[in-house]
Amino acid sequence: MRIELEKRPQVSKLFGFVSPLLALVLTLVAGSIMFALLGKDPVGALNAFFVEPLLEVWSLHELAIKAAPLILIAVGLSVCYRSNNWNIGAEGQFTIGAIAGSILPIVFYDWHSPLVLPLMLIMGAIGGALFAAIPALLKAHFNTNEILTSLMLVYIAQLFLDWLIRGAWRDPKGFNFPVSRDFAPEAILPAIWEESGRAHWAFVFAILAAILVWFMMRYTLKGFEIVVLGQSERAGRFAGFSSRRMIWFSFLLSGALAGLAGISEVSGSIGHLQPAISPGYGFTAIIVAFLGRLNPLGIIASGLVLALTYLGGEAAQLSIGVSDKVTRVFQGLLLFFVLSCDTLIFYRIRIVWSRVQAVTGKVAQ
Amino acid sequence: MIFEAILLTVITAATPLVIAAFGELVTERAGVLNLGVEGMMIMGAVGAFAAAQATGSPYIGLLAGIATGAVFSLLFGFLTLTLVTNQVATGLALTILGLGASGMLGESYVGIPGIKVPQVYIPYLSDIPFIGPVLFHQDLVFYLSIALVIGINWFLFKSRRGLKLRAIGDNHSSAHALGIDVIRTRYLAVMFGGACAGLAGAQLSLVYTPQWVENMAAGRGWIALALVVFASWRPWRVLAGGYLFGAVSIGQLHAQAFGIGIPSQFLSMLPYAATIVVLIIISHNRRTTLINTPASLGKAFVPDR
Repeated sequence: MRIELEKRPQVSKLFGFVSPLLALVLTLVAGSIMFALLGKDPVGALNAFFVEPLLEVWSLHELAIKAAPLILIAVGLSVCYRSNNWNIGAEGQFTIGAIAGSILPIVFYDWHSPLVLPLMLIMGAIGGALFAAIPALLKAHFNTNEILTSLMLVYIAQLFLDWLIRGAWRDPKGFNFPVSRDFAPEAILPAIWEESGRAHWAFVFAILAAILVWFMMRYTLKGFEIVVLGQSERAGRFAGFSSRRMIWFSFLLSGALAGLAGISEVSGSIGHLQPAISPGYGFTAIIVAFLGRLNPLGIIASGLVLALTYLGGEAAQLSIGVSDKVTRVFQGLLLFFVLSCDTLIFYRIRIVWSRVQAVTGKVAQ
Repeated sequence: MIFEAILLTVITAATPLVIAAFGELVTERAGVLNLGVEGMMIMGAVGAFAAAQATGSPYIGLLAGIATGAVFSLLFGFLTLTLVTNQVATGLALTILGLGASGMLGESYVGIPGIKVPQVYIPYLSDIPFIGPVLFHQDLVFYLSIALVIGINWFLFKSRRGLKLRAIGDNHSSAHALGIDVIRTRYLAVMFGGACAGLAGAQLSLVYTPQWVENMAAGRGWIALALVVFASWRPWRVLAGGYLFGAVSIGQLHAQAFGIGIPSQFLSMLPYAATIVVLIIISHNRRTTLINTPASLGKAFVPDR
């Protein structure tokens, strides 16, 4: 048995829409097999994982909280990936953004002003962008592989945060726990809708970022430049676009969004700095970007789906007693199925059972 | 004596890097960029640990690690070779899936004392002062790593199949036109890479720190990828680079133990920072990188029928 691919004469619009859905369905099928192997009732488990978190208002708020950083980071990454710049160090840019934004509430904690929060957000975004500038600089001027450098910087960022929290920024009144001092009230990102739950303004930032980037990609010259340089650097050069400038642009943009996500998460959800501030948002956002087909509006939807896997993982841990590691497995499976279903957009897939049949098939054509 | 002890730990630290990098080198020479090394490595580590616990034999553990890595790499092979998906994204998917699955599979092994691969005592040779303990009183995995570099070097540059494999990596269309089975060779190369990453992972959980810790690969898979670039796709340079990195990561541990005035976190950054510095030095000359990189690296191949 062999699988043969036949290039479609034109890209299938239908499958462009169907393939992410198909990937979701296949992930659910694989997930239920996995639950069955773990000795859990698959229907009950999937229900606990993917349905129950959606039934209550407070947990919809939690969904928005978890979706916000995923969408913010993934929107930035989509610009990078579209332009063929492989930034996979968003987790590090998230961390440095959180640190840079926390300078005001931790170091200058005596300063009380309504300006604190906006400045924190700006500093977070700048911190993320500056950290993303390192792989950009190395790629643009030393031709260094950006995948490896951006990833190595994740480990460096996390160790740096660890050092800060255990050293200079440790809360003097924290009973020696590795946490920073709690942010003052004016440094806390407020909730959008206080009466019903905790969801804070990061979700609004995420939606705004997605819409703005969607507009840029669709209606501006910059968006066209991104797509052209991503598909063919040579073609882009002939059109007078600079791939070097694009490296800078895409990395700074995605770094700024990841940094904004970082400071929003710290000031909105956690309220202080601690050694672990992210359950892998920077890596999960890679899946979000691909599931959303690198389209900012699609990313809003896929961000909510991936946020549900985090929430469902927590819920399933309590209600059916499976490990929260299942979340990561679901996420990995989803990315696998997304990538394989995308093949259907460009190719017709034919399963050939034997060599003879392949030959007769050719003759018949 | 202290020097000898340091040298021994450097060898143990370098071995998994070197083995994983050898596997990736063969994969990349065939034109396939598999960024899933970290995922295959961690799966190999958990597979090896589980098998060793179940059977009580570290050697069956090593075999299980190799098998786990190879089977896991087939997922990547199927997607990138049969379904021609993007190699970069698929490799990332393999790493994410591997980190998740290994965490889940290994959950019940956390805190359990592991089974260590014993050192091989070679009569007479192991007794030579200094050289004996360093070179001839090591575990099986170290000898395998040395055998691998010799074997791979011979295979790539002296054998007919190796020539074909390199031809595929440099120009898959021409190789296909010459009647070489591109897809099958690439499948084998990917599986070899997976087997090596699996063995490297097994070394971590059965030799380096004989226990299971979640995420215990700690970026070594990525450092192995960087080593391949550093070595400009040549086996002996991988060996040299691997030992350099082993020395850096052990150096920082010893520096921490001596309690020099630098915070431990900064010392722990050293292997990662060293990777970046080395990548800069290697790749800043655009022309030499272009000459050495397999020309169809990372490009999808669809045979026309």
